[in-house]
Amino acid sequence: MAYVAVTGGKEAIEQSLKLLEIFRQSKEDISVSCIKENMGLLVDKIMSEAGFYSEDYAALALKQCEGSVEEAVFLLRAYRSTLPRNYYSLPVDTGKMRILRRISAAFKDIPGGQILGPTYDYSHRLLDFSLMESNDTQKAQEPNEEAEKADGSDIHCSRVTDLLKEENLLEDVAEDNTPPFDVTSSLLTFPAPRSARLQTFARSDAGFLGGVAYSSMRGYGAVHPTVSELRSGYAEVCIPYPLDEEEEICIGEILVTEVEALVPSHTETDEEFDKMTLSGGYGLIFGRNENKAIAMSIADAGLETEGSTPSQDEEFVLTHGDCLEMSGFISHLKLPHYVTFQSKLDRVREKEDE
Amino acid sequence: MIDAKHYNFAFLDEGSKREIRRSILKAVAIPGYQVPFGSRELPIGRGWGTGGIQITLSIIGKEDVLKVIDQGSDDSVNAVNIKKLVEECTGVELTTDSEAATIIQSRHRIPEIPMRNDQILVLQVPTPEPLRIVEPKESVTKQMHAEAEYSGMWLSLFEDLTQYGEISISSEYPVMVEGRYVMNPSPIPRYDNQKLNNSDTLYLFGAGREKKIYAIPPHTDVESMCFEDVPFKTEDFEGKRCRLCGAQGVYLDEMIDESTGEKVYECSDTGFCRGRRERGA
Repeated sequence: MAYVAVTGGKEAIEQSLKLLEIFRQSKEDISVSCIKENMGLLVDKIMSEAGFYSEDYAALALKQCEGSVEEAVFLLRAYRSTLPRNYYSLPVDTGKMRILRRISAAFKDIPGGQILGPTYDYSHRLLDFSLMESNDTQKAQEPNEEAEKADGSDIHCSRVTDLLKEENLLEDVAEDNTPPFDVTSSLLTFPAPRSARLQTFARSDAGFLGGVAYSSMRGYGAVHPTVSELRSGYAEVCIPYPLDEEEEICIGEILVTEVEALVPSHTETDEEFDKMTLSGGYGLIFGRNENKAIAMSIADAGLETEGSTPSQDEEFVLTHGDCLEMSGFISHLKLPHYVTFQSKLDRVREKEDE
Repeated sequence: MIDAKHYNFAFLDEGSKREIRRSILKAVAIPGYQVPFGSRELPIGRGWGTGGIQITLSIIGKEDVLKVIDQGSDDSVNAVNIKKLVEECTGVELTTDSEAATIIQSRHRIPEIPMRNDQILVLQVPTPEPLRIVEPKESVTKQMHAEAEYSGMWLSLFEDLTQYGEISISSEYPVMVEGRYVMNPSPIPRYDNQKLNNSDTLYLFGAGREKKIYAIPPHTDVESMCFEDVPFKTEDFEGKRCRLCGAQGVYLDEMIDESTGEKVYECSDTGFCRGRRERGA
């Protein structure tokens, strides 16, 4: 009988969890540190969508859930709920990050130079069959000089946008020191402050954000920006020293990708057109997460424009991109709906009787 | 699996629980009003009852006795799963007897036996906004509530009436609370709507994904929205009875008897049904 499925729920769940264990087993167990080191970009994706910076826990989550992105994000988010918030960090100065990679699509020559860094952009995507056979277990013991050199510790660059600011080509934006809105502790209301938008995008599902940005670039929106600068590197996170607010303690570094994108500012009148400047879209994502950071800057700039496309609808883009929320609500359809369906049947049958 | 070393009593940290309790108090103070809250993520799917679970985890104490039901059933996989989580992180006593419970968490049903004022019913809510069917934007519906501007809602009920000859909403039938706020009672059947009115118990509604909490305190006036000349109608189970306990006039699950191919009925509230059979009623 179809309804047997929901009785004996306890035993059914226990058996299901056992099966899951069997599916997760393998001949070669992969260690958490191995996931962290070999699947760095995946770990970065998980941390960014979870809004939780811990490479170890992200790798642990991946190990626990057969590498499912949404399950790993889920595990981290749930764990995050159990942690008290002890401190709020001071604003992070990404201008001072030690840089792994830094490019500008706006200027050929930038102070500090273009630094290609580690990127797949110019690799040929050919399956490397030599990796099928390779056994890299020895690698760990040998110190890798090149890797040590490439930690970015000696590279600090000023921003490309500083050049434009000097020429007054960038839209004047007053410094805003109001405490940022925190979407993880308050319900987002609309119109949303920009800090809430940026936080929402930073945690957003990469695929959703990519789709929003792509639609805007293709024509359902108005933003086809120039990437003034994309940089990845390590930025210091500091908190106020609890005993003396004047002093600060550095609690560590986070690897982030930052994008500043430029679009001509919105003009309506001729006079405004004459004074046209450039305005920006901003993206900042945990880890090496370039496409998401660019997509974020486009989505951000898109909300500054007016129109009727999805990418210009603030409530639409800010409420439908959370990995956990979308996968949770979609998957809840697997839950029984017998009572409500019975109620629907009652209505439909009443129709037939008439 | 949930060890005290890594996890707090009732999972959430104390600061979060206190924050959620404050939102609950506000909800009780303004019956039917949706109080926004900083919804936390839980180890259970967002959209699978996390609003209700957050309420339960925030109000539960070591002395509480908990019952969890889904579709009226204590043994449904989702109910079992939620119960297991709360039990593992609190160690509270569990029950299937609605009269023995101090807190009942439910999805889609209100228990058949009327609840008392020393009990709390926590309902899981997927879509807290009753006006969503007439207006997709939160910024607009918020204003409509503020101004008690419910003409769009009335109009949609009226259009339904003119199109189908009656209001076609099946479950999740909107109610008016204390003549002020239109409220979504969560996807309970229309049959359960009447239990919300002037009840002895406190009803708490939690929507985790949508980040809203609302409440119906005891003895609140709750009316299902309808027109003077078109009375509100609940599901019709006339002439049908539970094949296990023989109950009539309760909400029934319909199923097909595999051996005879006939349509048969059982109580949707499994705890109620079992109790009747055990007492030999």
